[in-house]
Amino acid sequence: MSDRLTSTFSALRDAGRTAFIPYVTAGDPDLETTGAILDALAEAGADVIELGMPFSDPMADGPVIEAAMVRALANGTTLDGVLSMLAGFRARHPSVPVVLFGYMNPLLRRGVEAACQALADAGGDALLVVDLPPEEAAELTRPAKARGLDFIGLFTPTSDDARVSRIAEEASGFAYYVSMGGVTGDALKDLDPVAARVTEVRALTGLPVCVGFGVRTPDDAVRIARFADGVVVGTALVDLIAKAAPGEAAAAAGRFVRGFREALDAL
Amino acid sequence: MTSQSPRAGRFGEFGGRYVSEILMPNLLELERAFADIVPSAAFAAELEPLLRHYVGRPSPLYLAERLTAHAGGARIWLKREDLNHTGAHKINNCVGQVLLARHMGKTRIIAETGAGQHGVATATVAARFGMPCVVFMGSEDIARQRLNVFRMRLLGAEVRAVESGSKTLKDAMNEAMRDWVRHVDDTFYVIGSASGPHPYPTMVRDFQAVIGREARAQFAEQAGGKTLPDALVACVGGGSNAIGLFHPFLDAPSVRMIGVEAAGDGVGTGRHAATLVAGSVGVLHGTKTYLLQDGDGQITETHSVSAGLDYPGVGPEHAFLKDTGRVEYVAVTDDEALAGFELLCRQEGIIPALESSHAIAHAVVVARELGPDADVVVNLSGRGDKDTHTVAARMGLEIG
Repeated sequence: MSDRLTSTFSALRDAGRTAFIPYVTAGDPDLETTGAILDALAEAGADVIELGMPFSDPMADGPVIEAAMVRALANGTTLDGVLSMLAGFRARHPSVPVVLFGYMNPLLRRGVEAACQALADAGGDALLVVDLPPEEAAELTRPAKARGLDFIGLFTPTSDDARVSRIAEEASGFAYYVSMGGVTGDALKDLDPVAARVTEVRALTGLPVCVGFGVRTPDDAVRIARFADGVVVGTALVDLIAKAAPGEAAAAAGRFVRGFREALDAL
Repeated sequence: MTSQSPRAGRFGEFGGRYVSEILMPNLLELERAFADIVPSAAFAAELEPLLRHYVGRPSPLYLAERLTAHAGGARIWLKREDLNHTGAHKINNCVGQVLLARHMGKTRIIAETGAGQHGVATATVAARFGMPCVVFMGSEDIARQRLNVFRMRLLGAEVRAVESGSKTLKDAMNEAMRDWVRHVDDTFYVIGSASGPHPYPTMVRDFQAVIGREARAQFAEQAGGKTLPDALVACVGGGSNAIGLFHPFLDAPSVRMIGVEAAGDGVGTGRHAATLVAGSVGVLHGTKTYLLQDGDGQITETHSVSAGLDYPGVGPEHAFLKDTGRVEYVAVTDDEALAGFELLCRQEGIIPALESSHAIAHAVVVARELGPDADVVVNLSGRGDKDTHTVAARMGLEIG
């Protein structure tokens, strides 16, 4: 398991704090800006950063993140470009863990061994591959773990106890609990069943449980923090970056994260 | 020979279930239902009368004498899937899947469509059973296939325009998957090609294999003493009509099988949809197969005059049959397919779908190669009424 993720979650637990995990798509609007955004996220108090590797056919994402991926690809963003931007961030911020989010095909195209090596070399800590259920995960988790990369398991409202345990066999780092049956950016629904299930997933997996999908405001995050170990915010931040004036995206992203950070720390 | 490997849903290294966890319980439920319900006598007792009296099966196996004489080689036989209700082979699979949906207690049907044939077939069967139906279709395809969009609406389906990506079939499939994720409890996703996550490639193949079973029996009865044809030819987009024809002949090693992909402007131009001829292995829409992609694993845009072949992936069983060498795959350009289209109109009085015209064009080549004592069976997968505007535009004419 990644040392950075382990020490981050154990420090949060000791301090009784909730992890705040912002997501951004690499290369939107361009990689140089993404680098500046990552710095702003880290400096504003992001505990872990989720970095989206663009894919042409992001089936599990809603229109906002899909559009961000399309923009990133249209301006020539490549996996090598993303990793070299990440290596720059890693040199500036040695301790903030980065989870690389994406789809299987670009990793398969590179070769899973080579892809995992390149991700680890660039300072990545974990992989979250949305179209890789546990039945298919071994082909990626083996090379990932051999290089110290965690494989973040996706747990959903449709995963029963047997599946939760099955996913946990392949997963490490933390558990990502999807708040609803939907895609990124859909509206958050009733949180009571989410709270109950998060507690069960934590007990079944022994992992910290972070909740994502549908979290838009600091108030949403606070409600989730009452039962979860971490909160992931993606679409709302990607939307903010898309609408920011040229040159303003990093500063806006930093303010956005500080809003969440302050609300969570006031708990 | 069988192309099922011991690992569930795999054809050699191809196939599998590359989907979000949220869909996995549904796919497992579907796999169980497919295994338990479809082989049952009760299911067959419902399916067979529908295929016979509603779809119009068996479809004829027709000896195309003037096309044979024109080609000057092997006898060319046409498996007349164009004569099915709704005008294409697609309905064979839709009847099977919608019946299965009813047995599973699902109340809402969704589908994706490119050319609109699968959408029309799904809307048709949904209407027949009084089930609400939503068809996802790229806005580019909606513009190209207005007749089929209107047909779906007449049949009571909602056609939802997809504006993302290239606004064609692959994007419609992404959007249908997203809808399914949001409505896992009540919705059945009717996939039209022998692709997607397991069990779809196997299920679509099994529902389409009626084509090959009939063709094999009809050939033995009509061919004057010969029991097997020398070659089979079918077009391949996702590959459902081809696998439906080929599969029941896989155990007959003397039968050559040729899948015909869309070369568009030519494979060398980059503007084509020849996935097996020119693609590489990857994962898209839940399955590992050959894809058209760039060096970074991004899916590339495809081109074909035929909307039904305009897809950057292909069913995983075809990927396996290519790698084992059991089936040959070739590609035919837009111009060659249009020549095949005109040829069948003039020689046989049959207007073929542009998809099927790819197979016709190549069947002539195969017939000449094999010579006069041989027999070639071509899957005439659909009729061409839907394509008359496209063909007229290519001829520089304006109609209707």
